[in-house]
Amino acid sequence: MDQRHFRELHSRRRFLERCAAGLGTIALSQLMAAEGRGPGGLPPHFAAKAKNVIFLFMDGGPSHIDLYDPKPAMKKYEGRALPESMTKNLRLAFIKPTAKVVASSRTFTPHGHGGIPLSDWMPHLASRAGDICLIRSMFTDQFNHHPGQLMLNCGSPLVGRPSMGAWVNYGLGNESRNLPGFVVMRSGSNAPGAGTGNWTSGFLPSSYQGVPLRGAGDAVLYLSNPRGVNGELQRATLDGLSDLNRMSQAETGDVEIASRIASYELAFQMQQSAPELMDLSKEPAHILELYGVDAGRKNPYARNCLLARRLVERGVRFVQLMHGNWDHHDDLDRKLKTLCDQTDRPVAALLTDLKQRGLLDSTLVIWGGEFGRTPMVQADSPDKSVGVGRDHHPFAFSLWMAGGGIKGGQVIGATDDFGLQVTADRIHVHDLHATILHCLGMNHAALTYRHMGRDFRLTDVAGNVVRKLLA
Amino acid sequence: MSLDLIRIARWIWPAIAAACHCWASPPAAVDFRKQIEPLFKQRCYACHAGTKQLGGLRLDSREAALAGGYSGAVIKPGNAAASRLIALIDGTAKEKAMPMAGPRLTAEQVALVRDWIGQGAQWPASAATVSAVKPKATHWAFIAPVRPPVPPARDRRWARNPIDSFVLSKLEAEGIAPSPEVERSTLIRRASLDLTGLPPSPEEVASFVKDPRPDAYEHVVDRLLRSEHYGEKWARHWLDLARYADSDGFEKDNLRPDAWKWRDWVIRAINNGMPFDRFTIEQMAGDLLPNATLAQKLATGFHRNTLTNREGGVNREEFRVEQVIDRASTVGTVWLGLTVGCARCHDHKYDPISQREFYQLTAFFNSAGEANIEAPLPGELAAYLQRQPDCEAKRGALLAEYNAAGLQPDWERKMLLAAGQPGVDTLYDVSWDIFGLYVDGGQEQMRIPAAQRSAKWNAKITDFFIGNYSRVATKQELEKLKFKELNEKLRQLKAGCQDLSEAQTLAERPEPRKSHILVRGDFRQPGIEVQPAGLAVLNPMPADPRASRLTLAKWLVSRDNPLTARVTVNRAWQEFFGRGLVATSEDFGVRAEPPTHPELLDWLAAEFMQGGWEMKKVHRLIVTSATYRQSSKARPELTARDPGNSLLARQSRLRLSAELIRDATLSAAGLLNVEIGGPSARPAMPAGVLDLAYGSGSKWKESTGAERYRRGLYTLFLRTSPHPQMTNFDAPDSMVACSRRERSTTPLQALNLLNDSSFFEAAQLLAVRILRSESRSVEDRLRFAFRVSLAREPRAEELDRLVRFHRQQVEILEKDPSLVESIFPARDLDGIAPTEAAPWVGIGRLLLNLDEFITRG
Repeated sequence: MDQRHFRELHSRRRFLERCAAGLGTIALSQLMAAEGRGPGGLPPHFAAKAKNVIFLFMDGGPSHIDLYDPKPAMKKYEGRALPESMTKNLRLAFIKPTAKVVASSRTFTPHGHGGIPLSDWMPHLASRAGDICLIRSMFTDQFNHHPGQLMLNCGSPLVGRPSMGAWVNYGLGNESRNLPGFVVMRSGSNAPGAGTGNWTSGFLPSSYQGVPLRGAGDAVLYLSNPRGVNGELQRATLDGLSDLNRMSQAETGDVEIASRIASYELAFQMQQSAPELMDLSKEPAHILELYGVDAGRKNPYARNCLLARRLVERGVRFVQLMHGNWDHHDDLDRKLKTLCDQTDRPVAALLTDLKQRGLLDSTLVIWGGEFGRTPMVQADSPDKSVGVGRDHHPFAFSLWMAGGGIKGGQVIGATDDFGLQVTADRIHVHDLHATILHCLGMNHAALTYRHMGRDFRLTDVAGNVVRKLLA
Repeated sequence: MSLDLIRIARWIWPAIAAACHCWASPPAAVDFRKQIEPLFKQRCYACHAGTKQLGGLRLDSREAALAGGYSGAVIKPGNAAASRLIALIDGTAKEKAMPMAGPRLTAEQVALVRDWIGQGAQWPASAATVSAVKPKATHWAFIAPVRPPVPPARDRRWARNPIDSFVLSKLEAEGIAPSPEVERSTLIRRASLDLTGLPPSPEEVASFVKDPRPDAYEHVVDRLLRSEHYGEKWARHWLDLARYADSDGFEKDNLRPDAWKWRDWVIRAINNGMPFDRFTIEQMAGDLLPNATLAQKLATGFHRNTLTNREGGVNREEFRVEQVIDRASTVGTVWLGLTVGCARCHDHKYDPISQREFYQLTAFFNSAGEANIEAPLPGELAAYLQRQPDCEAKRGALLAEYNAAGLQPDWERKMLLAAGQPGVDTLYDVSWDIFGLYVDGGQEQMRIPAAQRSAKWNAKITDFFIGNYSRVATKQELEKLKFKELNEKLRQLKAGCQDLSEAQTLAERPEPRKSHILVRGDFRQPGIEVQPAGLAVLNPMPADPRASRLTLAKWLVSRDNPLTARVTVNRAWQEFFGRGLVATSEDFGVRAEPPTHPELLDWLAAEFMQGGWEMKKVHRLIVTSATYRQSSKARPELTARDPGNSLLARQSRLRLSAELIRDATLSAAGLLNVEIGGPSARPAMPAGVLDLAYGSGSKWKESTGAERYRRGLYTLFLRTSPHPQMTNFDAPDSMVACSRRERSTTPLQALNLLNDSSFFEAAQLLAVRILRSESRSVEDRLRFAFRVSLAREPRAEELDRLVRFHRQQVEILEKDPSLVESIFPARDLDGIAPTEAAPWVGIGRLLLNLDEFITRG
């Protein structure tokens, strides 16, 4: 392709992309097809196992010690400080390294063909243990929520970097014709520390940013017509707009106006399709029961998990569910139980449901938070009647993946007797990202975007694909 | 051998080996020229010689080699065991062994180097000695611009000023004719939006269109340059660069109630035509000017727009260092158009900026403290002084009533104990940390005995004590003390007894901090000490042991600085044409896009400096050029040749920014509040948006009355949860300096403009405005609506289509009268029947959503 031809194609694509990056269009996919590309993305680097991602982001930092990484030896150390050799140079958020060890109150039993030990507070997940690949050797560089969440979601503690969902949509485009390619849902007690930074498009075009699907009011911001404007008035307005914009295009010759016209049509389509998406009334009773979606019980997370499946069915590339708050500095047992009760059943149901529809093979499901929690106690409340908690712990934590491209029923990595440090198969957040992109058919080192004179990546200058995780 | 023993052995083995080696038989004298230099040449020079000095280390001169790298000396003559070079080459250092590439050095080679160092690292003067090389400026942007001659162009009638000669001569060389001047209605809308950010009124359009004077347009331009809205429009671009926001950022994202005072300083400075060199000096170092005025100190608020992390457990030093690094990086982007921040962890990969130089730049900011100074608004001080005695009496009475003072000394003692001896009482540990995070400068103050602290500080500490004693007290104790009640009463009292309002500024610390290179950019790994200095590849900075921010500012706006003027005029050009002469306006480094019109860029830069750095002059020059006044109509014959319009054979149609879309909408509706400056406003925000941000629910108490209709630049900007209309239309996130904004087209924008209640309200008001006008027939009313929203008359086909649309609206609304009741719940709109007005709301919505409405043509 000569330079001029390339430039022309590039500028045509840019104008179509501007309109369509968030939402695929016919024109764009045709152009891409003509170039041998996917719908709106870059050419795939190699065959992909997964097409979609559902990231179950557990904000606040769930305790690996109480959920995924049993440490029976800790009982011996209960109430004592860790050996100094282990805590030297340890830097923690709130507590001092000399804080006393507190063992987990949970019991663990092995499940699934891989015999993965799981906490008794996740009985439903236990029934899906054969699907999940549990990583016990995750670690990160950040021990505070804001930078830690940015690290996990954007690959850098620095602000202004694009999130994983934005990168994936930039790389693969969006297959949905009337829904955004990156949808975000939130539930739980309070909002994640890094706020909108968790689903930002950073320096990528803003059309790649995550679109929050809201639990109350309009599913998408500004989705409903203003009061007094019925469907007929809205349609008439769009027709009038389209006609006048076309006249303007004829007058100015500005091709960008075509994008503007298309964006209004897509908005209108979204107005039709989003309510259909959100309407769970046509889901059969056994599916609602499976997730635990029940008007009486009111569990927003169950609803979000079901919606995640519906989004993936409709071609949405990246779905991110945020639920919290897992930041259990005190009263850990009570609070953790509550969160497990809210999430365990819907998460297991999502895996079951995806599998029975044949979607699990093409959907990568990820469960995890920004870090784990200390084996040492944090007694945050002067009130002795409140239970104890644990502090932030970046040096070792657990996370699991399932579905597209992942080998289920196995445990990868290990930590020491306290869950303090990783002892085998260290997996940094960058490695996780490299592996996720790999499952989606992308080479993490080649998915780049030029910004400020430099080619940026989700994995910065690091990251290795962890082959052990792959099917 | 146990693991531990192996570890110990690995540690001490080299030392034993070295010792044995010396003791057993004194080694033969090593000949540097014959034995060491060839080794260095072969294995080290690739990365550590000449201009390539990875890690700041060079091994091709004795002086440089002994000085060491960024993390310090590597050769200690006479002491091989203490020389890091040995640990690096024999693999005992914790870093990866050197050399990075190729096989490891053999044991003999290592021994040779060890012996050489042990014998005093003899380095004959005759061997390669290289004096410190100044990086040679070969890249165009590092060579100061020389005012080029204005090129002759054949078509003398088209050109209006030198800008046009540059543009035209290039077009003529390409055999392309420029575009004709755009019609006047579009021209005045373009100039008004570009200079003031507001569309022209129908009267302004009409008077310009029929103005017979040959310089009618220049009159318009001069009026616009005099308008106070000019300062607002151009301040917004500066705010993007300064990453201005009304909150801290990070998890807590606390409000910054005084941030707007700096924003208003910018508006005023631009409106007063403050020359750009002065503008630079005051923002960089206003506090260091002799007899600095309050306004000059306030100007340093530029550097207070860095993010602040108050998340629990945060290391304040880490984020202080982050702020210093951010300040230096921002200066790089804003003034130099260089990505200096890339050199934070290593030498810049592309531009001649070493890691050492980056930290030399940070050294200018390392001793600057954050100072919140009292900056009362007009009238504030007198009222404060008047109410103060009464307020103090009431406060004293409250504190006495609850006997609050009694426990405070003991609490302070325990806080200080926790500070000095963490780990004894974890509750106090946490309290002490939180105190430091929430009360800026508080920890230093608490170390001062209460009797020696200012009354203001004593009050601050007491407030924290009462508000946070619950962190350390038991439930029973708290119930007895009733501090919650007291806290609430103090809060209520404060509502009528506000402290004097403050401003965020910089101030030098009395004791300057030492600055170090941070190895790998990590604040925990300080390397060698550095002194403040400019970039060697640019203009020389006068040597001064007391170099300060003022030195830096003067260096930036020195006439021989090759970048500042170019970068600044280029950004102005970008706003007037949609793309800079250098398209990458944030990066003029070697990887930048080359300028489309290099001579024009240099001419403008020279003109800017010679004209006394007056921004208005440059803006006037640009907007009065024939180049700017061209039609923006696409030219199909040029689409393939010049898809990006870099030859400037026409103007460009540019979508308005998020703020200007809001302004234009409110303006068309007649709702816009044109007041200049003041605290940021909170216009309507859809419910639920703030649920996505930590603790921000309380931060958005919607403004009332006219405050709801202020210009977009006054909308309160919360970093973790910006107003969705801003985000939808590509407003930057205010985390880092933003030199150019994206202009995207998305369905979310369509939903925003169609359905947001604020935009619908504007359509309602536009309908009423149309019906209140003198126009009576549907056609005349449509013409009026067109003039109000698009500053022009409709064309016949547009009018026809809108007449049809109006009829259609009437018909649909007649079918269902409840619609009108929903659109206008009020029965009577000042004499206008809702049934008559409702179809015009449809017209309003349509016009306010047109591509043309949100675009400057």
